[in-house]
Amino acid sequence: MSKGLIGTPVRRLEDAALLTGEARFVDDIELPGMLECAFVRSPHPHAVIRSINSDAAINLPGVHAVFSYSDLAPLLTKNFIPPDNPALEFAETTKAIVLAEDEVCYVGEIVAIVLASSRYTAEDALALVDVDYEILPAISDCREAIAIDAPRAHRYASNNIVAEFRTEYGDCHTAFANAAHVLTLSLKQHRGSGHPIEGRGIVIEFDASNDGLTAWSSTQGAHRVRNSLVDIFGLDESRVRAATPDVGGGFGSKHIVYPEEVIAAGAALLQKCSVKWVEDRREHFLAAIQERDQYWEVEVATDQDGHLLGVRGSMIHDQGAYTLLGFNVPHNASLAVPGPYVLPNYQLDVTIATTNRVGTIPVRGAGYPEGTFTMERLLDRVADDLGMGRDEVRRRNLISADMIPYELPMRARDGSTTQYESGDYPACLQKALDSSDFKNFPDRQARAKSEGRYIGIGLANCTKITGRGPFETGIVRIGPSGQIIVHTGAMAMGQGIKTAYAQICADQFGVDPKNVKVIAGDTRTVPMGIGGFGSRQTVTAGSSIHLASIEVRGKALKTAAHMLEVSEQDLELRDGEISIKGVPELFVTLSDVAKALSGAVGYPRPKDMPPGLEATVNFLPTGLTYGNGVHVVEVEVDIGTGGVEITRYVVVNDSGRLINPLIVEGQIIGGVAHGIGNSLFEWMGYDKTGQPITTTFAEYLLPTAPVVPNIEIIHHQTPSTVNPLGVKGVGEAGVIPAAPAIMSAIEDALKPFGVRISEAPISPPRIIELIEEAISKP
Amino acid sequence: MSETSKATERRNINIIVNGQHYHVEIETRLTLADCLRHRLGLTGTHLGCEHGVCGACTVLINGNSARSCLMLAVQADGSEVTTVEGLSDDLGEWHPLQQAFHEHHALQCGFCTAGILTSMVEFLQENADPNEMEVREALSGNICRCTGYQGIVHAVLDAAQRLRNPNPEPSS
Repeated sequence: MSKGLIGTPVRRLEDAALLTGEARFVDDIELPGMLECAFVRSPHPHAVIRSINSDAAINLPGVHAVFSYSDLAPLLTKNFIPPDNPALEFAETTKAIVLAEDEVCYVGEIVAIVLASSRYTAEDALALVDVDYEILPAISDCREAIAIDAPRAHRYASNNIVAEFRTEYGDCHTAFANAAHVLTLSLKQHRGSGHPIEGRGIVIEFDASNDGLTAWSSTQGAHRVRNSLVDIFGLDESRVRAATPDVGGGFGSKHIVYPEEVIAAGAALLQKCSVKWVEDRREHFLAAIQERDQYWEVEVATDQDGHLLGVRGSMIHDQGAYTLLGFNVPHNASLAVPGPYVLPNYQLDVTIATTNRVGTIPVRGAGYPEGTFTMERLLDRVADDLGMGRDEVRRRNLISADMIPYELPMRARDGSTTQYESGDYPACLQKALDSSDFKNFPDRQARAKSEGRYIGIGLANCTKITGRGPFETGIVRIGPSGQIIVHTGAMAMGQGIKTAYAQICADQFGVDPKNVKVIAGDTRTVPMGIGGFGSRQTVTAGSSIHLASIEVRGKALKTAAHMLEVSEQDLELRDGEISIKGVPELFVTLSDVAKALSGAVGYPRPKDMPPGLEATVNFLPTGLTYGNGVHVVEVEVDIGTGGVEITRYVVVNDSGRLINPLIVEGQIIGGVAHGIGNSLFEWMGYDKTGQPITTTFAEYLLPTAPVVPNIEIIHHQTPSTVNPLGVKGVGEAGVIPAAPAIMSAIEDALKPFGVRISEAPISPPRIIELIEEAISKP
Repeated sequence: MSETSKATERRNINIIVNGQHYHVEIETRLTLADCLRHRLGLTGTHLGCEHGVCGACTVLINGNSARSCLMLAVQADGSEVTTVEGLSDDLGEWHPLQQAFHEHHALQCGFCTAGILTSMVEFLQENADPNEMEVREALSGNICRCTGYQGIVHAVLDAAQRLRNPNPEPSS
């Protein structure tokens, strides 16, 4: 008896507060007696701290305290933030330090915290904290870092290799030995920072009654924040709550627990007062995570018809100074290479190098963009070498619909086997080719060329792992007020999940989604949670909420049947009322049922009914579900300036069953825009010594409205078979194939010059350089 | 006068924000954005970069858009300021831009939205019938990381039409 809300473009419940200025973000929180803080950060990529003198700072009116490591140390059970399931042994020296003891390893690393009556005063005091540094040699480039004689990123490390691993299956040696065609590529891949428009931030609310803390954090993982504070300060869960106010975007940069959050909490415990830190954009450039650099050396073997026989090679990943989370970026990048293709043999050796730059962890896409870039660039080159269409080489290698479910020949990060359980990759490709009129592009290209214009078309496929478990809680609760309330461990950071969850729940109760209140990301109401990343929350929390809603609905009907003295089959639930079919005046409300189930002393509850109109479900996905997409892009390149204009962008995307197409399309379009940034604009630069050189939005460019075209989206819905809603995650889908599709298009436009593109991002001056290089080649 | 005391010099200002008169004593170095947010409690104006590029903090000063992060509150003395909180009419009815943003899914996290709305209020006053490229150019001073701008562009075009023709005939 669902209301048919699933799949409808319900306008978002989040919007009203955001459109009128009523929303509450972390910097909007004011608490009595709260102090603001600013951080003394290292200006050096690598140095020893000889001494810290904060006397002058403390004497500044309005400054309440300056704390460095020695002040915080008595509170700490450990001076590092434990990484999240790193899955590999890694160099101890790269553990993520909370507060520098005597060595700093990147520009922006925290040396001390200043607490003051205002942020202005706290920043005044920063200049008065005198830190005596002894500058050490630094290593900036991860390729140079792995050399035996390279300067050490950490002074006591024996080398700069954090970890190494191999991803492989099959027998590349034989495959390459017998191949008709082999070619090699060197790829330089770079992705910048997350750059949500709201930076990071935290308010620590101090509770004097139990020396407890509430961390109001702009985070993608409230439970991770709570768990880390519990662990690092040796507190128990009754004294630490983490909750999220409105969160102004994440994109990966709010996925981990940061030193700033831990130090602010420590300062609140020391000073016994509430503390606020709000990141400014310069701090985001210096100290928020990035995805940054990977250098790939790969070769591909095919038969004479372009069928893939094997891919092998090596990759160096820039981990930065510290291991903040683990190794999921290089792992995912290695796992993403086969994508939707039949790749019989594969071997990639990955070296993770530490450098004197801020640590790297996933930005939206999390390694999938890089692995996809590698495979798609290889396929374009194979097509070119064999004189085959770029569409044809893909068609020949895609996993066909009748091969689904397709067992992947390699293990997931957790060692489990995985499979593509649903999807139709050739159908998606064909839809994309048809709707972009790919076939007739050469005519358009020739016409443009006759007018002196260089246009090109490019394409790329991808798959993306989504719905990673283990679970995300869904609680559906109706109290005596009759209000339906959903609590979830999932994190709302702007995607619109509250609306999607309200739809899923409202669907079972026959009410308007507006009548369902969704509370996300609060450890007080949901004890366990994983977080918002990896395109996982609609699959995990959405399924939990769906199942919990069904359970509560069943309980309500059963109880109402008892109250109305009829059989359940004679009841219908609509608009929050349960009535007898055909006798609408005989009804009970959800409020009546909730009251009956909440019990009264001396009165019996409805028979056999456990108390409370509520249910808690932790849906455990039986497997991962993979989304897939095809992007086809048309560009025009100005060969005088190197400027690239994207003139058409078609996306075919399979995210399984759609809960709310409006929100799904918003996610895809936003992802594509991010991918356009990664392709043409976003470059986080460091000089040879490790000094960041792009630390404003004037130097690091984000895509703006004139450079992002309208994105045409075609949904191909193959329901997932591993969750009750049939959904697949969509948060990262748009970003993944964008860069290879755009590079493919630019290369196609510059075909008359023979330009090859093996890097991302690419700037106008670099395009001019590549044209000149290509022309000057004999 | 020492550097610090110069920085903490205070002055009285009078400003009208969203039609309401305020008299506040502030440090001369206080930005208009921080004054609005932390002194007047109007937290709908947001700070995204504090160096004048992202446009999230845009407000209207005597009807003209300005970056409230790059402007000192003392410079606004005697001015009329409009923030996102002042876009609805006296009855609380949303501005057509707000309505169109809701209908066209022109916001996700909503952090940049206030600055985009105020910028577009000014833009549509200057250009009541813009084409898509003009809207995109007008938006180029505001960065949105979530939406890819598509919903915003459609919303602005739709709002322009609503403003030109506030009481359309009901479609049959």
